[in-house]
Amino acid sequence: MTALIKGQTGEWEVVIGLEIHAQVISKAKLFSAAATAFGAEPNTQVSYVDAGFPGMLPVINRFCVEQAIKTGLGIDGKVNEISVFDRKNYFYADLPQGYQISQYQQPIVSGGTVILDMKDGSTRKIGVTRLHLEQDAGKSLHDQHPSQSYIDLNRSGVALMEIVSEPDMRTAEEAGLYIKKLRSILRYLGTCDGNMEEGSLRCDCNVSVRKPGQPFGTRTETKNVNSVRYVMQAIEYEARRQIEVIEGGDEIKQETRLFDPGKGTTRPMRSKEHAHDYRYFPDPDLLPLELDPKWISDLKKVLPELPDARKTRYVADYKLSPYDAGVLVAEQETAQFYETVAKGRDAKLASNWVTTELFGVLNRTNKAIQDSPVSAKALGGLIDLISDGTISGRIAKEVFEAMVETGKDAAAIVEEKGLRQVSDTGAIEKAIDEVMAKNQDKVAEYRSGKEKLLGFFVGQTMKATGGKANPGVLNELLKKKLAG
Amino acid sequence: MAAPTHMTIAEARKALKAKKISSAELTDAHLKAMEQTRGLNAFVTETPERAKADAKRADVVLAKGEGGPLEGIPLGIKDLFCTEGVLTTAGSHILDGFKPPYESTVSAKLWQAGAIMLGKLNMDEFAMGSSNMTSYHGAVKNPWRRKGANSDLVPGGSSGGSAAAVAARSVMGATATDTGGSIRQPAAFTGTVGIKPTYGRCSRWGIVAFASSLDQAGPIARTVEDCAIMLQAMSGHDPKDSTSADLPVPNFEAAVERGVKGLKIGIPKEYKLDGAPKEIQDLWEQGIAWLKEAGATPVDITLPHTKYALPVYYVIAPAEASSNLARYDGVRFGLRVPGKTLDEMYENTRAAGFGAEVKRRILIGTYVLSAGYYDAYYLRAQRVRSLIARDFTEAYKQVDAILTPATPSAAFAIGEKMDDPIAMYLNDVFTVTANLAGLPGISVPGGVNADGLPLGLQVIGKAFDEETVFAVGRALEKAANFTALPEGMA
Amino acid sequence: MSLDKDTVRKVATLARIKVPDSDLDHMAKELSGVLGWIEQLNEVDISGVQPMTSVAQMKLKMRADEVADGGNAEKVTQNAPEGAHGFFVVPKVVE
Ligand SMILES: [Mg+2]
Ligand SMILES: [Zn+2]
Repeated sequence: MTALIKGQTGEWEVVIGLEIHAQVISKAKLFSAAATAFGAEPNTQVSYVDAGFPGMLPVINRFCVEQAIKTGLGIDGKVNEISVFDRKNYFYADLPQGYQISQYQQPIVSGGTVILDMKDGSTRKIGVTRLHLEQDAGKSLHDQHPSQSYIDLNRSGVALMEIVSEPDMRTAEEAGLYIKKLRSILRYLGTCDGNMEEGSLRCDCNVSVRKPGQPFGTRTETKNVNSVRYVMQAIEYEARRQIEVIEGGDEIKQETRLFDPGKGTTRPMRSKEHAHDYRYFPDPDLLPLELDPKWISDLKKVLPELPDARKTRYVADYKLSPYDAGVLVAEQETAQFYETVAKGRDAKLASNWVTTELFGVLNRTNKAIQDSPVSAKALGGLIDLISDGTISGRIAKEVFEAMVETGKDAAAIVEEKGLRQVSDTGAIEKAIDEVMAKNQDKVAEYRSGKEKLLGFFVGQTMKATGGKANPGVLNELLKKKLAG
Repeated sequence: MAAPTHMTIAEARKALKAKKISSAELTDAHLKAMEQTRGLNAFVTETPERAKADAKRADVVLAKGEGGPLEGIPLGIKDLFCTEGVLTTAGSHILDGFKPPYESTVSAKLWQAGAIMLGKLNMDEFAMGSSNMTSYHGAVKNPWRRKGANSDLVPGGSSGGSAAAVAARSVMGATATDTGGSIRQPAAFTGTVGIKPTYGRCSRWGIVAFASSLDQAGPIARTVEDCAIMLQAMSGHDPKDSTSADLPVPNFEAAVERGVKGLKIGIPKEYKLDGAPKEIQDLWEQGIAWLKEAGATPVDITLPHTKYALPVYYVIAPAEASSNLARYDGVRFGLRVPGKTLDEMYENTRAAGFGAEVKRRILIGTYVLSAGYYDAYYLRAQRVRSLIARDFTEAYKQVDAILTPATPSAAFAIGEKMDDPIAMYLNDVFTVTANLAGLPGISVPGGVNADGLPLGLQVIGKAFDEETVFAVGRALEKAANFTALPEGMA
Repeated sequence: MSLDKDTVRKVATLARIKVPDSDLDHMAKELSGVLGWIEQLNEVDISGVQPMTSVAQMKLKMRADEVADGGNAEKVTQNAPEGAHGFFVVPKVVE
């Protein structure tokens, strides 16, 4: 693998591990019954538990535990029948209890794997060290007042899954693929909506560099990077910065850094300057979390088909390329859409139409596949018209555009615009004769060996038929006639 | 009929039902006693208006022949219990002005049972102390004095206000909490009865936390029966507290007169301390004799890890406290002392808001949890704690309950032991084991010493067997026939 | 274990309690005394003994995923020493 960065002193390898904080989809918080919805007025979704009031106690939300179990199973991790909630003690304005309830030595899930689908169709396995449940903190607003920060505790206590990868990634691209793949799995499972803009998926990037073959270098942690693109930028920047520092004769400081999306750079985080000593200990307000093995096995039984399995199926059953299959399964909705289109049809043709024409339109109009202007059924109808020879592939593109614009189905548009393909040999022959008559010089050239001119004749004849000639029939007749 | 402030809860209940007295009269008499004993500094907040209004309401209910088991009974509430709309300070400056927008489960249960709140009772700051001298609101005085002496004595702590008010007859009973002895030690120092039930029997929801794995609420009252009546109302499963036991609450009142015939009572040899005053040893032996006379069999037992209980406690309790008290940061409630930065504001607020003992324990707790020390202190202490709990499990294979002295001495003078934390900590030497093992323990007055000061006996029971604890406690109470009163209370 | 002044200072910072320099010596002595007394625990043979997790011998109960709290921003913020526009307010934090 050539993932090395060239510095002044030779090549460097970048070592990347990611900590993903994924907000659990649930109605209520992890340890309180306040709501989790995004975007509410400040402090309106706060219980006294979330605000750390005296005498308040945590009671765990069973559904959040279930979501973590499902996610653990989804990444092929080991769900631990006993796990422990610890307190992670530190002071911060948006941490009302003065500690975060998290899991330290005994997480709910140990181990796991995320498989990356590389561009060239190959795959790469990235190890997951652990997944644990913890509370989110509140939100500090620093830009509302010149000398004050404002604190909103709506998010305080929302359930998070912290998913920690092994330091298995070597390029920013791999890191990007890892996040996308993990997000895809979470969405399939319905355990996290993966919305990075709203903060439901946040990423801390651990980056270090080393000369190939050397032990790991000192790493930095860049916190809360909130888009895939930023994660890749932050890693690129951080790798190059570290190489420069080391090559300049300095050492890397193990520190927490912040990404500046405007500049694409990272800088040390001031509020984390003091080395932390979190003084973890088991939360005495809670008991160990014991999971009934039957609960776990029951959940395993009803787990949905996940992207990797789906991809394998597409390659085997639909004969798609691994890359195309990977693209189609990335989002559950896309896969569902594709399967409706492909059902009983040419699966490859269906794949091409979805990944090129449909994705093109969705990109152009900035729409999700759920809001596609052409339904899966309608797209299937269009493909049927191609397959039964009613229209040519070229005409189909025109029909598709009309479908996008009007919302009508393919057959109606073909009828309306008279786009039905001409396979009638008489009509095509007539057109060929006319074209040959008009271009006798070129006919002569062709016959004297310049067979490249066939393309010219195809084009002219097609034009003469208004593009409706069946290309197969046209080709055959044309060759015969030109041959003389 | 006894004067209203000298009635027990059980007697008052009968009198109210028989309409021999109204709740208004009962409440007024106690409010008057509260005023007259203000010098004890037992109350942080008095709520006479609310008490009068509630008594009126109770009388309406009682007139209809209805009402809960504590209908019309005036009580005091330790200032550690959050009371909706009523100042709750936990004896600390840092909770300045804090009026909880919620009511603790235990106090809510008492109101549901018809009880009336006279006010909030003084206590050691955040329940850390055995003398009530650490309260931001000033020390509480014990109504008892040494015979012929004038110096003020401590009522014990941390529930010192509760114990002093019960002893001074300004409340009929009081809520209290016990983390290492904070119900039983002040009860012993004031000639009252106090029970710490099994961990999980009372909900901790709405009680300001000190050390979550040890804290339990319980009552202090003047008789074993009154404690049973109160604990009955205070107990029960609470889904809001994950450590609250989902078990039915037995009929405690019915257990009180059960007797001790046939019971085996463990006498742990480790509770005989070198250098403990002879009066303590004498009282213990007297207690053993009383139970024998009542039909129980004393059995010598061993609880070999007893001597390590206090050091274990002084790792675990401060560790939990250092974390529990992190929320007092000047942001959402209580005191704020400004600072230029957030950290400065925290440091200023917490320096001004916490007293010396609380700071000491927060620092110890922070230290024993910090990187490099966790295993040596915290984890080791939790292992020894397992051994202490195991000692009891072994002992209870042979006996039904355990009898010990409640405290190693009678009440001491205000100001004493303040400069020697360890000497102060030794107050809880007999009580702290029950907290570490989560077991129920009661302190019952057994007599007075040569100075005329009350001394207490402790009965420790099996987990969730408060019934036996009450029965044994009652047998001791009956035998001791403790009728002494603080000077001027007769 | 005897604590030095620097350790006390460090611990006080972790605990966010301002301790004047003039108090450090005294505090170090006091805390060292308590910790020294605690160290008698080193006498105990704890090999093979599991640390206590909870004296409550029961399984952790779980609640249903239902929204039954919140919606009272006013009550949540009414005890705050300082607030604005429904927020809690603290001295500005520079991340
Ligand atoms: Mg992290
Ligand atoms: Zn985390």
